[in-house]
Amino acid sequence: MSDTLTRDDLAPASEADLSRLIADSFSRQQRLRIAGGGTRVQIASNHARLSTARLSGVVAYEPGEMTLIARAGTPLAEIERMLADEGQALAFEPPDLRGLLRTTGTPTIGGMVAANASGPRRLRMGACRDHLLGVRFVDGQGRVIKNGGRVMKNVTGLDLSKLMAGSFGTLGVLTEMALKTLPIAPESATLVLPGLDAANAVQVFCEALATPFEVSGAAWRDGTAYLRIEGLASQVTYRRDRLAELLKGHRIEMLDGKPTAALWRDLRDATHVAGDLPLWRILVKPTDAPAACAALTALGGQVSLDWGGGLIWYAGPGEVRAACSGHATLIRRAGLDQPTFPPLDETVARLQSGLRRTFDPAGILNPGLMDR
Amino acid sequence: MSTIQMPPPDQALIGRKSQIVAALRGVLPDDAVISDLEETRAYECDALTAYRCPPLAVVLPRSTEEVAAAMRVCHRLGVPVVPRGAGTSLAGGALPTADCVVIGTMRLNAFLDIDTQNRFIRVQTGVTNLSVSAELEPHGFFYAPDPSSQLACTIAGNIAMNSGGAHCLKYGVTTNNLMGATLVLSDGQIVELGGPEAGPAGLDLLGLICGSEGQLGIVTEATLKILPRPEGARPVLIGFDDAEVAGQCVANIIRSGVIPVAIEYMDEPCLRAVEDFAHAGYPACAAVLIVEVEGSPDEIADQIARIREIADALHPVEFRESRNADEALAIWKGRKSAFGAMGRLGDYICLDGTVPVGQLPHTLRRIGELSRQHGLEVANVFHAGDGNMHPLILFNANEPGQLEKAEAMGADILRLCVEVGGCLTGEHGVGVEKRDLMIDQYAPDDLAIQMEVKDFLDPGWLLNPAKVFPLQASASHRARAAE
Repeated sequence: MSDTLTRDDLAPASEADLSRLIADSFSRQQRLRIAGGGTRVQIASNHARLSTARLSGVVAYEPGEMTLIARAGTPLAEIERMLADEGQALAFEPPDLRGLLRTTGTPTIGGMVAANASGPRRLRMGACRDHLLGVRFVDGQGRVIKNGGRVMKNVTGLDLSKLMAGSFGTLGVLTEMALKTLPIAPESATLVLPGLDAANAVQVFCEALATPFEVSGAAWRDGTAYLRIEGLASQVTYRRDRLAELLKGHRIEMLDGKPTAALWRDLRDATHVAGDLPLWRILVKPTDAPAACAALTALGGQVSLDWGGGLIWYAGPGEVRAACSGHATLIRRAGLDQPTFPPLDETVARLQSGLRRTFDPAGILNPGLMDR
Repeated sequence: MSTIQMPPPDQALIGRKSQIVAALRGVLPDDAVISDLEETRAYECDALTAYRCPPLAVVLPRSTEEVAAAMRVCHRLGVPVVPRGAGTSLAGGALPTADCVVIGTMRLNAFLDIDTQNRFIRVQTGVTNLSVSAELEPHGFFYAPDPSSQLACTIAGNIAMNSGGAHCLKYGVTTNNLMGATLVLSDGQIVELGGPEAGPAGLDLLGLICGSEGQLGIVTEATLKILPRPEGARPVLIGFDDAEVAGQCVANIIRSGVIPVAIEYMDEPCLRAVEDFAHAGYPACAAVLIVEVEGSPDEIADQIARIREIADALHPVEFRESRNADEALAIWKGRKSAFGAMGRLGDYICLDGTVPVGQLPHTLRRIGELSRQHGLEVANVFHAGDGNMHPLILFNANEPGQLEKAEAMGADILRLCVEVGGCLTGEHGVGVEKRDLMIDQYAPDDLAIQMEVKDFLDPGWLLNPAKVFPLQASASHRARAAE
């Protein structure tokens, strides 16, 4: 059981119990705040807290099929250990935001999917949603729904699994999910390019990512750009040397496997933006990143980049959404009274609220979250 | 003669054909509206040719605005709309009804933007799949999904069906390579979903639209992820005298950490047909795998050495490497001609179920039993790396009752796929073909919520009617929509 479960939590021990609980909440219009480990999103809400902690356990893990099925409340660390024992991992490298948010819960696989949590390797391997094969969830009326399945290729009916990934519990409470796992690359290396500003760094990223060398991480912080390569030993050596040749106008240092793993875990969890200032995560077109970084720096805070420039971390004050393009999510509020999620254009907002009504007609699941 | 039922067309709409055509002509250029029966006949079916029905009219717009204008007219007059890409669906995804307007994307054929810095291409969705990669070739990039029909099929159809292909083992299917889309809703509203940013601002609406088989709207423009071309690629051919051992080899390769771009499987009936047709020089054995890897010459050699080690432990009858481009082509030649070769043997229906890779040997054995039971020959050729099977059931269309027999056997095979933990369709879509089998995969509530999503996005249930959802399950939704 999770160490975050408190006496006041609603914590059903089975999908059937959860279904009854939500059906009851639906009939009484009782609003609920859905929590996995409660480590990824800051919600100011006094609604009853519904925890998935007791819906825990691995249902099936088939390394030869690269398939994992687990219940929502299963601690992510437990799953990562189990996969590592078989030389596998979740390829999208889910970050651990506890350091940034000073949360103390236990990150769960359900929370990871609900947040579509994806780290540096998203650049090459795609996001959590790209590795999600199927889900089971309970909708806002208490109906148990399954969608997708456990196989890699499946186009049977509407793909509601993608919709559930990143829906932050606003469409239903996830109970079980099937994910694709991948073998951990035996070798890795990092090219370190110091002395670059944001514009130089994005230029380096664009060059490196236009090569067939399968760069699996491209991040920049404190004036240093990092490029990660992973694969079989022969691949890593060859690709590292070819990239160094391509970027020979720059000063380059090399990191081998061990420091590479530590560095990218650190970049994944964005430990460099820990602290007390408001923290924003901004998705932009990579070549728009330099201008956005300049505008954000002018607001007085600190910027860093991931995903080849497609992801900007900004820790600092100011009117962020007015200052730059892209989708800005307020990760750490630090007292700021602004919506967590980026604004939507009118038609998209109408579609989003219509879908929420479809899945949750009484508006009881995480009300207030993801709203305009 | 065929077993799939369609609801009776709305005779009142058919009676108002001239009014509907006039309304369409009122908002579209003259040459964009086809209403002559002889001309509409060209659109009466897709690649599921056993089912045909000329539509009321066909609209061939050149822009998002023209698609929206046509949709507004159909919405106002209550006319069903059947979206159509190139008409290559094997599931009847583009089969018209007698009371519908077909909106074809073939004239939406402009390339709008190539951005190699941000690694995307923006296209109108009527461009063919293969032409996207051709357009990208001078830039050193390609678009990864590669369905077998890629010479003809359109990006619009690829998005509607979430198409895959041989190389999706490494690169994923359409939904993993789609960054943004312009969507025209059933009432003609235009909405922009996604874009060049890595992820949506809110809910993943793009993920919902991709693979929705034209039930929720028509995608007119798309932003597609592009990838740098690999330095090289090379296939190997591995022959086994036991189909089950070939299946084991697939699982062992997948598990080893080598990620091939493709693992293709052909069984003995298929090998025989291919040999007669293409003379590819394949070994005569129970099953052949074609495994393709990518990279620099040294990387390729290293990966092939690993695959050889895995295969050798299973005692293959042959392990054939390609030392140059000609030998590589020779290895792919038989696989690429497999469907044509099978066509020479007679009529066939092509299934598309997916099973967990570990269930491949069991499923193949059961398919063999079903083949004997139904008295129809089956050949297997498929994407083994991801368990996406394409059993081909051979029959004689001229013999009364044979199509029905083949369809019944197909249904049995698809139920088998579901039973072992797989699904009805891996890449072809549900269409009309597998519509009524959906109840074997999904419980009533699973289907209800999908249909409620359609209730919201297509309140009149006008888009691509009588597809995807079983007629019985959708009856109440359709009745409400008609009120």
